[in-house]
Amino acid sequence: MSTGTFVRRAQQALRDTRLRQALESATVRFDSGRIAKMAEFPDPEGLRDRGRVIRLRALENLDRHLSDLADAVERNGGHVHWALDGDEACHIVADIAQAHQVELVVKSKSMTTEEINLNHVLQELGIEVVETDLGEWIVQLAGERPSHIIAPAVHKTIHQVADLFERATGARDLPLEIPALTAVARRALRERFLRAGMGISGVNFAIAETGTIVIVTNEGNGRFVTSLPPVHVAIMGAEKVIPAWDDWVVLLPLLTRSATGQRLSSYVTAITGPRQAGEVDGAQEFHLIIMDNGRSAILDTTFRESLACIRCGACLNACPVYKEVGGHTYGSVYPGPIGAVITPLLDGLSEFPELPWASSLCGACLDACPVRIDIPRMLVELRRREVEEGMVAWPERLLFRIFGRVVRHRRLFNLAAGIGRRLQGPLVRDGRIRRAPFPLSRWTRTRDFPPLAGEPFHRRWERIAGGQ
Amino acid sequence: MKVSLFATCLVDLFFPEVGEAVVTVLRQQGVEVDFPPHQTCCGQPAYNSGYWGEARAAARHFLDVFEDTSDPIVTPSGSCAMMVRKEYPHLFEGDPKNHARALAVAERVYELSSFLVDVLGVEDVGAQCTGRCTYHASCHLTRGLGVVEQPRRLLEAVEGLEFVEMADADRCCGFGGTFAVKMADVSGAMLEDKIAAIRETGADTVVACDMGCLMQIMGALRREDSSIRGLHLAQILAGEVSA
Repeated sequence: MSTGTFVRRAQQALRDTRLRQALESATVRFDSGRIAKMAEFPDPEGLRDRGRVIRLRALENLDRHLSDLADAVERNGGHVHWALDGDEACHIVADIAQAHQVELVVKSKSMTTEEINLNHVLQELGIEVVETDLGEWIVQLAGERPSHIIAPAVHKTIHQVADLFERATGARDLPLEIPALTAVARRALRERFLRAGMGISGVNFAIAETGTIVIVTNEGNGRFVTSLPPVHVAIMGAEKVIPAWDDWVVLLPLLTRSATGQRLSSYVTAITGPRQAGEVDGAQEFHLIIMDNGRSAILDTTFRESLACIRCGACLNACPVYKEVGGHTYGSVYPGPIGAVITPLLDGLSEFPELPWASSLCGACLDACPVRIDIPRMLVELRRREVEEGMVAWPERLLFRIFGRVVRHRRLFNLAAGIGRRLQGPLVRDGRIRRAPFPLSRWTRTRDFPPLAGEPFHRRWERIAGGQ
Repeated sequence: MKVSLFATCLVDLFFPEVGEAVVTVLRQQGVEVDFPPHQTCCGQPAYNSGYWGEARAAARHFLDVFEDTSDPIVTPSGSCAMMVRKEYPHLFEGDPKNHARALAVAERVYELSSFLVDVLGVEDVGAQCTGRCTYHASCHLTRGLGVVEQPRRLLEAVEGLEFVEMADADRCCGFGGTFAVKMADVSGAMLEDKIAAIRETGADTVVACDMGCLMQIMGALRREDSSIRGLHLAQILAGEVSA
């Protein structure tokens, strides 16, 4: 219960009315889109059940599917690399880039590459990296992290975007209209696509059956990134593999409808190896980097289902906390409900002790998740870890220890209530408490607190017990 | 029919009038009510905050208190009902004896509106009330227990009462137990949205089935000396209030 960094960042975010408006409008649009499009299925709940089973089963046999995937990719003429952690993954990319004397890299959106800070590593080697997803390019220009898994620049206003584009392109007085600004981005990025020596993409799904990776975009940048440059490097978290196309036809619409309320994203790109003989486009060389970075450690724990995530962002859009404070408040690569679970798991609970508490456990995330990941359950488990590992403040621990005593004996319970009634006397005015001491002071700063009743129910019962 | 009343610690200590209203409503339906006197708390505050040792202590006590009979256990709290029904078995995983006790008791627990509509088959309790009310759909009741329509049916059947849905009725009010204190600013922001939605309905009363939520909501309404009042569903159904 300290004024830690989440709390401070939240206070800052809450003062930003424009941010809150932007978050409200974006999250409501995506969330209601998800609800409307999922309702188009004859059995949306059944589909979510199937999606969950597919993801959990894939996790149960992860090693086999990864092995099958790697074999298939190599059969198609691609190269497979195994990276234990982010550092290794970055080195592998750097090696490939240097081997091909790459000067410019174009990237399609990949949260996995955010996770490992890939851009920074490449830039340190003097390689120019350009994000080509419009939202990602915007946050790249701003020197910021994405604040939403699907809509990285949701926190930016049109003024801020125009400003960034003017500085990036040298243009002046850009109109504050989305089509015009998009056209500016299109021209700037098109030039990069044609020049780049390497394209780096993430992976939405990796289908082991045929060694196919699938990426979805609304802008077509995924197509350019993976087919124009001679070398294509795809980076995936190891948990992304699914066994078969039959699984993919269930998961793909779950992803697009849950993410943005689209029946399908504008571009769905399935890549099976590099350009084959007789094909007219595609990279000459295809590399798939399969990265662990803490995921396998989660497999054998009660948190396994967090790996079922298909990175749709539905939980962010449904979350009443995220809606108020946005992604940057979490201070992590992955924000929102799923971020609050996987960040402590991947990066350590002691590094991110506040995240499990950044939730009222309202369950909107579980309700929204296309594969029914029980985020509230895992948040409580993480809180339990913190208590067990002594990561909680001693006054709170004492309070709950007293609670644990008092709930076992009615007389103690009544005694505690009686003490409370006596202590509250000076605080009660007009039937309410307007100012209370710490920690209730946090409550009474903005709300009244009710007083303990003079005659609690168990005493009234003595009077009304006989009645009928 | 006889039921055991689990009043909940909030109702017992802070809102005893709600407990009385629950008894009135049940008796009006010909239900005999017993109040096992040793009951305390379902343990949810400890459970949600990660203090599972203390939560188990509360849960074992709850089981001790309510195991005596096999009558339905009725409670005016969606979150407490959910705690016992859904989380007690989870709390005692690896403890077969208490797990079995928990399962047996859990299936007897009903939140009030669900008991009235699903068990007694009653939607019109014969209550009267004038004015316009709106309904805040608590998280645990709605998403945790799937009790969505029952409180609304009961309210719509109240003679003279105009019922208006608020926007995002099932969006969290920001209470979340210790969340309201630990993350007080975010909680306050969520509450602001909820109050705005309530005001937009033009209702003079906001009704809910959870005193935790109502504490939060009424806390803001009282702070601004609003004329909008917050009532538990039981209070409307008991017919003790009018506009």
